[in-house]
Amino acid sequence: MFRLVEDSGSDTVTLRIEDREYAVPAGISVAAAVLLCGVDKVRNTPVTDSPRLPYCMMGICFDCLMRIDGVPNRQACQVEVAQNMTIEYQQGAAELLQQE
Amino acid sequence: MKSHYQLLVIGAGPAGLAAAADAARLGIDVALIDEQIAPGGQVYRNVGAAGDRVKDYLGRDYLRGERLVDEFLQSGATYINNAPVWYLDERLETGILLDGASHFISADRLLLATGAQERPMPLPGWQLPGVMTAGAGQILLKSAAMIPSGRLVLAGAGPLLLLIAWQYLRAGVKIEAIIDTAPGSGLFETLPCLARALPALDYLLKGLSFMLAIKKAGIPVYKAIDNLRVEGRESIESVRFNTVRGKSGTEISIETDTLLLHQGVIPNIRLPLAAGCKVEWDAQQQDWKVAKDIWGQSSVDRVLVAGDCAGIVGARAGELQGRLCALESAHQLQKIDLEQRDRVAKGIKRSLQRQLSIRPFLDALYAPAQAYQLPHDETLVCRCEEVNAGQIRQAVRMGCVGPNQVKAFTRCGMGPCQGCLCASTVAALVADETGASMEQVGYFRVRPPFKPITLGELADS
Amino acid sequence: MEYDFIVVGGGLVGSSIAYGLARQNYKVAVLDGGDRSFRASRGNFGLVWVQGKGADFAPYAQWTGQAADLWPELVAELANKTGIGIDYQRSGGMHFCLDEAEWDERVQEMEKVREHTYGSFEYEMLDHAQLKKHIPQISSAVLGASYSPQDGHVNPLYLLQALQQGMDYHQVDYFPGQALDRIEAKQGGFFAHSTQGTLSAEKIAICAGLNNRRLGEMLGMDIPVVVDRGQIMITERLQPFLNLPTLHVRQTAEGTVQIGYSHEDVGLDDGTSPSVLQKLASRAVSMFPLLARVGLVRAWGALRVMTPDHNPIYQQSVTCPGAFTVTCHSGVTLAAMHAGPVAGWIAGSDEPDLINRFSTDRFNVSPG
Repeated sequence: MFRLVEDSGSDTVTLRIEDREYAVPAGISVAAAVLLCGVDKVRNTPVTDSPRLPYCMMGICFDCLMRIDGVPNRQACQVEVAQNMTIEYQQGAAELLQQE
Repeated sequence: MKSHYQLLVIGAGPAGLAAAADAARLGIDVALIDEQIAPGGQVYRNVGAAGDRVKDYLGRDYLRGERLVDEFLQSGATYINNAPVWYLDERLETGILLDGASHFISADRLLLATGAQERPMPLPGWQLPGVMTAGAGQILLKSAAMIPSGRLVLAGAGPLLLLIAWQYLRAGVKIEAIIDTAPGSGLFETLPCLARALPALDYLLKGLSFMLAIKKAGIPVYKAIDNLRVEGRESIESVRFNTVRGKSGTEISIETDTLLLHQGVIPNIRLPLAAGCKVEWDAQQQDWKVAKDIWGQSSVDRVLVAGDCAGIVGARAGELQGRLCALESAHQLQKIDLEQRDRVAKGIKRSLQRQLSIRPFLDALYAPAQAYQLPHDETLVCRCEEVNAGQIRQAVRMGCVGPNQVKAFTRCGMGPCQGCLCASTVAALVADETGASMEQVGYFRVRPPFKPITLGELADS
Repeated sequence: MEYDFIVVGGGLVGSSIAYGLARQNYKVAVLDGGDRSFRASRGNFGLVWVQGKGADFAPYAQWTGQAADLWPELVAELANKTGIGIDYQRSGGMHFCLDEAEWDERVQEMEKVREHTYGSFEYEMLDHAQLKKHIPQISSAVLGASYSPQDGHVNPLYLLQALQQGMDYHQVDYFPGQALDRIEAKQGGFFAHSTQGTLSAEKIAICAGLNNRRLGEMLGMDIPVVVDRGQIMITERLQPFLNLPTLHVRQTAEGTVQIGYSHEDVGLDDGTSPSVLQKLASRAVSMFPLLARVGLVRAWGALRVMTPDHNPIYQQSVTCPGAFTVTCHSGVTLAAMHAGPVAGWIAGSDEPDLINRFSTDRFNVSPG
């Protein structure tokens, strides 16, 4: 559970997390954005199907893997939010993309 | 961007920034490579763009980063951002991923300043949503101006935990409790080190002021605890632990939405190992250090190291080490003579000594607790492949004498993080089960890619 | 003598043989290397492969065929004794041909192997359209493939673990982290001296991979071991899409995709090189374009234990009878042979038909 420090008045971008639309500050990472929007998980693990949220925020734990703009297994803490971005939970192992 | 530089610096934290800036001013053709979009590393993350309120909460030390970044940006050094290093080997060709394509850069001298990572702190339930590192909390504050909004508990030991507690208090975050896991040794046992740490008096006073602020805010601080665990089904619901006072203890449970963990930081030695640098085990700090001299020269001819990646020294000392590396590089590359190098270095070395004087005291005060180095059998050690401590102990009992064999049989360390979060725990477990020393046990073999790269990106390189 | 047998080497070869001996109730000790030893077992691709083997050496074609047939029994037995599943599947396997010349050469090799095995080797040449039915993701760069239903794959690390647990089940004494100094033949047996102490046994089997030459020499055996480096890569986990292994691309039971491999003459260097990794990635992507966006997790080099003609060596010492050396680079495919007939040969209870064809005599130039 996180919130913005008051009056961090930066620009916002609109994006979708699963089937809902959100407005988040521009320039933050996808991991920060999903935490701000209060999701309960970013993925389910491939081995035991357990839920995870971001852990280290610096790109070494690989727990924040999400499907971003259709591409699976992306580290959400390494990707900056963008207008009209689609963000989805990573369910287990990544699917082989069916188109290039 | 060229394919060759006289000096290639990897990492835009304080050590890398200072080294690159000074190197450029000394006439070296230098490039600084960093994976992030803006300079600052982790300690000065986003310092160029953070809002005034955030900067206020973070405190004055963060602002030093602003000056350092400006110094670098004005120095004339080449800056290559958004460029993670995916490949490095003993031939010292550095492979970066830039705009979806791989490029190789060679250099007369390579300076590794890749910083530190949090020491993993495995405990039952640490993989549940809502559990993060203290460093993660800091990154959210620095780069996204975000603070915890629900209930918050901090657990662990180390200056960073104090720091973030103080920063959060300034930002109006309500902290339910601080669970102090530092083993036994209080201020009293560490007094001998304290005397030697007095040259860094300002640092000590700062720490004291943090502790006072926490006390003043009335935050419950629990010391001398054990059996710390996280409870919850789909996410964290509470932390539970036992207080150990005299003969009796009490079990305490604290409901919370967020738990931030911290057990100090450890050097990120992956690139130094990839380059073939010799490392040494530091029994006091319980981590591996890169062998180097005062100038940052490693055991490998053309490779220098500076900052936390060689051994934990902190931001200020890292910056000074970076400056010494720049001087040494300039001398090795024949831009300055020995006399000039030594003359300019004098003041830097004095300041560095002062900064380093706090370390033994901090190491003694905040030694990592055994419970998180040798977790219970059911605790996850490898978060990626979900291997627990019991499985690792079992593998050792079946004859695995080292971490690489343990990995082969349990898959621990085979996931995408490639051992970042489990390497230290696996080695500690093997040492404990076999009675061998950490030097004998060794560490996971490091292999590329050191940052993610796709097959297509590699194929097109 | 303390033991009936000492087996030097705890990789796939040594463990199979030690397991096979212990299974017959012999008292066995295994001396194994340390955590950082070269360990060809860690560079194995996991193929239980029949097709193409022994095209130029009939005994190997027959030997491999027998080995593959014994596999299912070994898997069941190990699962029973150790509870370890090793993800073995006799799924069939593909060897891609990228142009007409490769295709023609392949047909010839397949026919030779069929001949050598008196028709028991089964294969089929698949053109692109037929191949695409088995593997829809294949690109047009692949002309076709040779397919054998007798090929399969396994997790080589789990196999090694299962063999080691199997050894434990049969009370083998396992000594890891050994640096073997010398071996002496005396008093009707053998003494193995390491920094940790000395072990003695009636017979000894040297299965120490790259160390076979040095150790074999001590016991009157001239074992020509050739080092060959292969680089391999492995991807992140993916949902299952490829259910049979191909020579260079194999999806494991965990969902990761293994991509191989090179053959390099670089001496004792198990490092990686960007140019080779680039070639491996390029080849994989040209055959499976959908792999382009898949992330790489690890790349490494491993040293194969090759012989001059690539066929195994099974040698008993002439000057020190009771001392044996086993050298091969297909420790997985031959595992069941090693646990069965070869262990029997070492124990003196069996003399497999073909085993003499694999002695080092074949490397000696005949006089005159």
